[in-house]
Amino acid sequence: MFATQKYGSSRSEDRLLRFVLLVAIVLTLAPVLRLFAEGITVDDRLNLSLISEVLSQPSTQRALQHSLLTAGLGTLVSLVIGSAFAFLVALTDLRGKAALVFCLMIPMMIPPQITALSWTQIMGPSSVLLKTLGLAPPLGAPQPLYSPAGIILLLGIQHTSIIFLTLRAGLRAIPQETVEAARISGARGLRLWWQIIVPLCLPSLAAGIAITFVTALGNFGIPAMLGIPAGYATLPTLIYQKLAGMGTTVLAEVAVLAILIGAVAICGIGVQRFFQTRQRVHLVGATSRPLAIPLKGARLPVEITLWCVVFALLVLPMAGLLATSLVPAYGVPLGFDTMTFASWHEVLFRQPVTARAFVNSFSLSISAAIVLMAICLPLAWLMDRSPSRLGRVFDSLVDLPYALPGVVLAIAMILLLINLPFTEATLYGTIWIIFLAYLARFLTVMFRPVQASIRQLDPAMNEAAQSVGATLFQRLRSIILPLTAPSAAAGAILVFLTAFNELTVSALLWSSGTETLGVMIFNLDDSGEIVMASALAATIVLVVMLLMIAIQLLARQLPKGVIPWQT
Amino acid sequence: MADIELQAVEKHFDGVAALRSVTASIQDGEFVALLGPSGCGKSTLLRVLAGFEAPTRGQIRIGAREVANAETGQAIPPEARNIGFVFQSYALWPHMSVRRNVSYPLEVRGLTKVARVARTDAALAATGLMPFADRMPADLSGGQRQRVALARCLVSDPAAVLLDEPLANLDVALRSSMQAVFSDFHTRTGATMVYVTHDQAEAMAMADRIAVMSDGEIVQFDTPEKLYNQPDNLFVASFVGEGTVLPIEAVTIGQVGMEAQVLGSRIAITSQDENPNLICLRPENISICETSDLRAQVVRATYLGGTYRLDLQTNSGAMVVAHARQRHAEGTQLGLSISNPWAFTEV
Repeated sequence: MFATQKYGSSRSEDRLLRFVLLVAIVLTLAPVLRLFAEGITVDDRLNLSLISEVLSQPSTQRALQHSLLTAGLGTLVSLVIGSAFAFLVALTDLRGKAALVFCLMIPMMIPPQITALSWTQIMGPSSVLLKTLGLAPPLGAPQPLYSPAGIILLLGIQHTSIIFLTLRAGLRAIPQETVEAARISGARGLRLWWQIIVPLCLPSLAAGIAITFVTALGNFGIPAMLGIPAGYATLPTLIYQKLAGMGTTVLAEVAVLAILIGAVAICGIGVQRFFQTRQRVHLVGATSRPLAIPLKGARLPVEITLWCVVFALLVLPMAGLLATSLVPAYGVPLGFDTMTFASWHEVLFRQPVTARAFVNSFSLSISAAIVLMAICLPLAWLMDRSPSRLGRVFDSLVDLPYALPGVVLAIAMILLLINLPFTEATLYGTIWIIFLAYLARFLTVMFRPVQASIRQLDPAMNEAAQSVGATLFQRLRSIILPLTAPSAAAGAILVFLTAFNELTVSALLWSSGTETLGVMIFNLDDSGEIVMASALAATIVLVVMLLMIAIQLLARQLPKGVIPWQT
Repeated sequence: MADIELQAVEKHFDGVAALRSVTASIQDGEFVALLGPSGCGKSTLLRVLAGFEAPTRGQIRIGAREVANAETGQAIPPEARNIGFVFQSYALWPHMSVRRNVSYPLEVRGLTKVARVARTDAALAATGLMPFADRMPADLSGGQRQRVALARCLVSDPAAVLLDEPLANLDVALRSSMQAVFSDFHTRTGATMVYVTHDQAEAMAMADRIAVMSDGEIVQFDTPEKLYNQPDNLFVASFVGEGTVLPIEAVTIGQVGMEAQVLGSRIAITSQDENPNLICLRPENISICETSDLRAQVVRATYLGGTYRLDLQTNSGAMVVAHARQRHAEGTQLGLSISNPWAFTEV
């Protein structure tokens, strides 16, 4: 009895904590548990025959091979670009680091299907940009990106930011004294880098590689846009094709595929967690000023090279996208005489489907942000005030629906909601299933920033309000909410941003009338409406950049750890 | 305003005792200081009183209400106890102006705007904060912030005011002026105040009674004068004030009263006990007297302004402290006479 008494937390707090925790657990963990139960049971009895049957199919094995190959080599591409940038930005005296970091974040924030679309616009025979410049290969030449190599390249570019961010954080945590001591001992240049810096940042690098691999493995937009035309299936696209082709009759089968990809992903997450805990040991000790090793004469050439890479990775494909969106018909070169905003006008104001997709995506993202704020604020605060074992378990699992590939969560959601318990009703095919999936997937996107800012709050702030007689809800409203508002706002913008860009979950859950913008771009591209797809994609990129700038402007009022790209 | 009664209160953190059976009663309107070294449990006791921590055993009563009873599991949450709490970090809400910080307790009690303004103005005026009412806490100095915290906890007329080392973050000069603010406030409002500090000068200066705590227990709860002149035990004798505790070799009842054999000489002592075994030698008990048999060597002389503090080593090796009007060089041999020190029993 005494063990359960928490200081200062009244009964109403305990009740509220239990309630919010229950809601959050049901939201985030129930679908995942439901999925695993589906895979290993037939008619509610333990049965592994379905698993072995699906796993022995050649299509499954081929897709698994393709997934591991593209994700593995894609991670290698990310590693090369991301770590080169991270070492140079974190260790040397480059100028304009903040701008460089911001630009490197953009690939991560741009939805993968837009990345794929924009890159196909600067390559291949019908590229508007190449035609305008007179560089286009002859008609009939293959689109080089519709290949495993294309998927690997774009997966690599898409996830460069993850490697860059984790490695940079690890590098910044290295105490300057360690490096200075090595220099005084006579270590210089590459020896210093190889023998001192690399070993110290190895755990964070390993954690970054693991999480990049998991993210690449779950990526749907890039293999869907590039692999499906080439007949090259990975596990997520195989699941999509089966479900789209045969509907819910193959649900049990795709559940096994989802478990398979989920299992590979969980191994990756396990590796990442292992290295993350190792890294904490290094973090002990004061970290002083960040390192700034002078590059001397090499500085300008290095800066020019880095900005050229940024230009190639970011500006070029976006220019391609823009060029395509401004021509009257696909294949026409862009010129002053042919330039037109017709497709923009069509997409934004004329097409009822795209208008509906805008409404759907906006309302889904905004309501997800609001509901998640309402859940996460009391949850994070109460979990911080009265730590419990259940809370710790939840804390370690809350990332799972976000870290797991989107197809896994989508299949899990279908299984959970296709038959609501005790009723004949189903949520499958309604917008609610997408909404609930978004809540589950993005809970952690909201939870972590709020948690970071609540942990930095002086507990006396709340106790002072308690001692003057403020009730639980009065305290939440007038003390906790205003003090964590900037972080909650940043979290809400991030949720909005990720939900607005989302494709994987909604690609499996949408039906006519509940299309999201991500699905819309995919469908337009699929049906050959490349110009409209480009116009829509360009609009979304614009919205994304504006929101990122908004968060950047909030940055000064935010505690450390709230903005994902400012570690 | 109300009296406070603690009955065998214990508090354990993960099985480790922070408070062991604290029983005490604090009268209505009394200013009590909880004094002790860090880790003695004084802040825990205050937080148990406020309700931020629940006692593991025992009962607490504030006024007519029992606010915590570990046996029945009953605990009134802090927000329903009607107490004021002043935090070491002030805990002003940074997003509210001074006026809003002070009026917030009235706001949560649902007072009308008119009543709120009137009482807030009164509290602001009483703490001299009127000119700063519309500032934000970040724009105030340390002393001003402390006064806002005081105004905030007094505006709602609490049953008791609990203060957790409120002056620890202030510089020495500000500290003594804030002591005056607290004392004046206590005199004017007659509030029951419990004040936690590790600074005995602060406790002596302000408190009606001081509870000296050590290792989770109240070892003596008395007026400052009694704590200094008549300590009950070794801890209080050595923790409070300057001085030395020396063992008594033998006690005899002489013609004038009790006498004890100390440092090889026979001296008159005062005690409540029949057979005390220790004496507490304060500097006031020692005077320098060249004819005395008791000889000591000056180890260190420290000028205190007006007087010198002398650290002395007697021939038998004991260290004692005396005050003197003039400087005595280190190594000088002096004669000491001891007059009527307090003796007590320590088991």
